[in-house]
Amino acid sequence: MSDIVDWTRATAAQMAAALQAGEITSVELTQAHLDRIAAVDTDVHAFLHVDTDGALATAREVDAARAAGESLPPLAGVPIAIKDILVTEGLPTTAGSRILEGWVPPYDATVTRKIREARMPILGKTNMDEFAMGSSTEHSGYGPTRNPWDLDRIPGGSGGGSAASLAAWEAPLAIGSDTGGSIRQPASVTGTVGVKPTYGGVSRYGAIALASSLDQLGPCARTVEDAAYLHEVMGGHDPMDATSLNEPVPSCVEAARQGREQDLTGVRIGVIKELSGEGYQAGVEQRFEESLEKLKTLGATVVEVSCPSFTYALAAYYLILPSEASSNLAKFDSVRFGMRVEKATIEKTMGATRAEGFGDEVKRRIILGTYALSAGYYDAYYGSAQKVRTLIQRDFAAAFEQADVLVSPTTPTTPFKLGERIDDPLAMYLNDVATIPANLAGIPGMSLPSGTAPEDGLPTGFQILAPAHEDARMYRIGAALEKALAEEWGGPLASQAPELEVAE
Amino acid sequence: MSSLERADVARLAALARIDMTDEDLDRLGGQLNAIVDAVATVAEVAGEDVPATSHPIPMSNVHREDVVRPSLAQDAALSGAPEAEDGRFRVPQILGEEA
Repeated sequence: MSDIVDWTRATAAQMAAALQAGEITSVELTQAHLDRIAAVDTDVHAFLHVDTDGALATAREVDAARAAGESLPPLAGVPIAIKDILVTEGLPTTAGSRILEGWVPPYDATVTRKIREARMPILGKTNMDEFAMGSSTEHSGYGPTRNPWDLDRIPGGSGGGSAASLAAWEAPLAIGSDTGGSIRQPASVTGTVGVKPTYGGVSRYGAIALASSLDQLGPCARTVEDAAYLHEVMGGHDPMDATSLNEPVPSCVEAARQGREQDLTGVRIGVIKELSGEGYQAGVEQRFEESLEKLKTLGATVVEVSCPSFTYALAAYYLILPSEASSNLAKFDSVRFGMRVEKATIEKTMGATRAEGFGDEVKRRIILGTYALSAGYYDAYYGSAQKVRTLIQRDFAAAFEQADVLVSPTTPTTPFKLGERIDDPLAMYLNDVATIPANLAGIPGMSLPSGTAPEDGLPTGFQILAPAHEDARMYRIGAALEKALAEEWGGPLASQAPELEVAE
Repeated sequence: MSSLERADVARLAALARIDMTDEDLDRLGGQLNAIVDAVATVAEVAGEDVPATSHPIPMSNVHREDVVRPSLAQDAALSGAPEAEDGRFRVPQILGEEA
């Protein structure tokens, strides 16, 4: 492994091994990533805040502890980027909104605490659509992130900053949050890996809430194995989150190892009929079919399954999400934190502050949610959407009778150009048509690269869904597919991305 | 389903405490109507016999022992406030002139 010249190109697992073997120090590794951020982030804009001093301080402590022979956690010294939706004591946290500009939280989210306990240097906070509302990061209050594969294109959203930081070699690991696809869709369009765990699998204490019955934090990485390591750091029961599952963390790393070392004989893979066809780009479908062939070659059986209620998933989602968001975002009232636009009375102050501090997409969704929850409309909208949720869960239950995992393209297209869909909310919402059903049902989902589309050379994603609590299955099948594809490509997909121009 | 009139959007924005200019109402109002039309399709399949799901994973309520435990210090809790005074959040006048 000592033949690695540029450590930012290594996997997190390789970095951890090299740190343990004394081939590199955490200070060297962290500095290499900070240098990379300085070189390319003016163009990419993956980060809203870079914590050079804090990251290097953690790295120095890890190096000293290792030199003193202390026993350290597996990822100690491996740097990480954190989506700006997680509160970080002493580090600015905005959730991509101007209304929180300059706010420094007085406490750590549980996942932030776990990262600190894992002794991982925190490189900084990554850009996102405001309050995680969007699929392109164009709704960030601080300007969009750009896709490292093509700087004129979107990096996905809401977690475009986390995904782009991986694709631009600025960080080996990142934290994401997924309410309707905000981890998986950015992974798909940047050629990286992203996982939404089972609802409740990762504590949400200290994650700024968007839609509480849908939100879930998860790992972002460049390989399935790296995601597995981070998943195990993040996961587990937390008494501070009432929706946290009181059960052991899934054995993700072991499952990924099995996937690499064993074939898939006996594994049943269900292709969701409704997530294909109209609206799906030809190159996306082609790479999806090729990945299915790979899985068959590995010994898996492929069957078609039907989930007829998925037709209504998008509509149900865009009622449930705004309803819950309109309630969650009421706390931005100019009193306890964030912006205040002072007027004569508190009521006028709130109205002026929220007008100034929120962007258009946030306003649209708050108003839509206020409408859906109002007297006389509640049953027709929110109530009906919750019934659709039951129908979608039934569809999944029936499909999982026929298959161990379900698969689809992660998102219907390769990344589109910045600005292309910004004024057409409904076109923007279609990006998440394949990822939303998992959030409505609470089941885990993974996206990993399936190649690049022949027509534009941009990344395509393969989605794997498993039953609730069975997160490990995705890691086994994902790792097996990733290995088979990498053998064909001669390396990971991320290596095929064009080199970014480096600032002096 | 009824569509959203301009006055409805203005009323909803007021309920949500978001000031709107005439230009905001024009722009967002049209987009909101398109969204409302699209999401109204949920009613097509939501039959009487289908139960509602509020929470994706069934779980029961969580309790903890009622004991004192550490929490944020007062100065930490106030550290992000736009304005604080005497250890409390300071806000503009609560009641309007005509109250």
